[in-house]
Amino acid sequence: MSLIAITDVRKSFGQTEVLKGIDLDIEPGEVIAIIGKSGSGKSTLLRCINGLETINGGSIAVAGVHVSGEDRQLRELRLKVGMIFQQFNLFPHLSAGRNVMLAQTVVKKTPKEEARRIAEEMLDRVGLGNRFDALPEELSGGQQQRVAIARALAMKPAALLCDEITSALDPELVAEVLQVVRKLAEEGMTLITVTHEMNFAREVCSRVVFMHLGKVHEIGPPEAVFGAPKTPELRQFLGMQ
Amino acid sequence: MTDFTLWDIVRNLLFALRWTVLLSLVSFVGGGVIGLLVLFARIAKRRFARLPAKLYIELFQGTPLLMQLFLVFFGLGLFGISVPAWLAAGVALVLWTAAFLGEIWRGCVEAIAKGQWEASASLGMSRLEQMRHVILPQALRIAVPPTVGFSVQVVKGTALTSIIGFIELTKAGTIITNATFQPFTVYGLVALFYFALCWPLSLTSRLLERKLHVSHRHH
Ligand SMILES: Nc1ncnc2c1ncn2[C@@H]1O[C@H](COP(=O)(O)OP(=O)(O)O)[C@@H](O)[C@H]1O
Ligand SMILES: [Mg+2]
Repeated sequence: MSLIAITDVRKSFGQTEVLKGIDLDIEPGEVIAIIGKSGSGKSTLLRCINGLETINGGSIAVAGVHVSGEDRQLRELRLKVGMIFQQFNLFPHLSAGRNVMLAQTVVKKTPKEEARRIAEEMLDRVGLGNRFDALPEELSGGQQQRVAIARALAMKPAALLCDEITSALDPELVAEVLQVVRKLAEEGMTLITVTHEMNFAREVCSRVVFMHLGKVHEIGPPEAVFGAPKTPELRQFLGMQ
Repeated sequence: MTDFTLWDIVRNLLFALRWTVLLSLVSFVGGGVIGLLVLFARIAKRRFARLPAKLYIELFQGTPLLMQLFLVFFGLGLFGISVPAWLAAGVALVLWTAAFLGEIWRGCVEAIAKGQWEASASLGMSRLEQMRHVILPQALRIAVPPTVGFSVQVVKGTALTSIIGFIELTKAGTIITNATFQPFTVYGLVALFYFALCWPLSLTSRLLERKLHVSHRHH
């Protein structure tokens, strides 16, 4: 059974249909890159998968749990999929370590000592083991994004959604974040990342999804999508005529 | 007439000042508690909770405090409930304060970036948990200066209760004036007492605001 099963998903904002029937099945351990022009619906699709937007049609199931608007189910779903945002969204009033501990203690009711141990372990994993007590404002963008990754990992999700997580970073800070994601991929984490880093997509991903006008326009392994694009839209997007 | 010394006037005013301070405190604390409820209703997900809160705020912000005092004082009388002036004053001021604090705090909550809601939601937190651990701690920081600033309005608002006969600072001033025929001296002192209460509050509010701005710039 697929880890994430997306079937004929539709989403409208007012009169505008942004997702026009998306079908996508993702197996455990897959690393998916979603590429496409701005406004093609990439973020909306990710946000639907963890219930930040409610869908208007079709269905999404994560590890057998159907995504609906119902509160308790939403909570169960969000324990299964973590999300990393372009703007990091760390809690500015809490230290890096507390950022990673908070949802563990509040949502999962993990005892404090245990949560602290996990937080230290996760910060270590993203190379920030020594910054437990640093406030977000004391960290660089790349470090903040790595804390955000640690924060999501601490919930032990089955999959991570990454929405252009390096787009807000200064160029010299991109590599350290991609390095962390690459390591997660190698360790077998299921990843769905919206990205403009084509090299990253080519080297790390098992499949690449090209979205266009609210649809999956082309999908395949990176060699096929980048090496032999079938549609003119994808060729144009990749800058080859 | 001349058997009233300046000290007699001051002494009597100081005596009444206690009631102004007490009424201010009750209004502020009571208004704060109800204001928090108003805030939660105002930002609730469900419309049927938001709408009454909005109406409440509009009503209390859109009518003079004096009318609210009259309505509580005389209105309850219509139902055969005789309301002592102190009770009417307390009730009206608490409700009035709650409306304004609720609205001030709503502004502070809405000033928190949308990403904070989304990040905490994506970690599985319920709305209450988001409020308690993520939103309110941040909103509180920016809420302190305007809240302290509003307390000045509460103190000055208590003066109106003199009209329904509650003997606080202003009413005491009127009574003493009637006995001494020295309105300028008496009301001058009354004003001075109000100033002594309000000025430290507005000063604190301004200092806190400046501190907040400075720490913001360091981000
Ligand atoms: N909350 C919203 N309300 C209205 N329109 C939205 C909202 N979010 C996204 N959209 C619209 O949906 C379309 C797809 O947006 P998005 O999924 O963010 O695209 P992408 O991430 O591929 O750039 C855009 O046209 C955008 O303007
Ligand atoms: Mg986007």
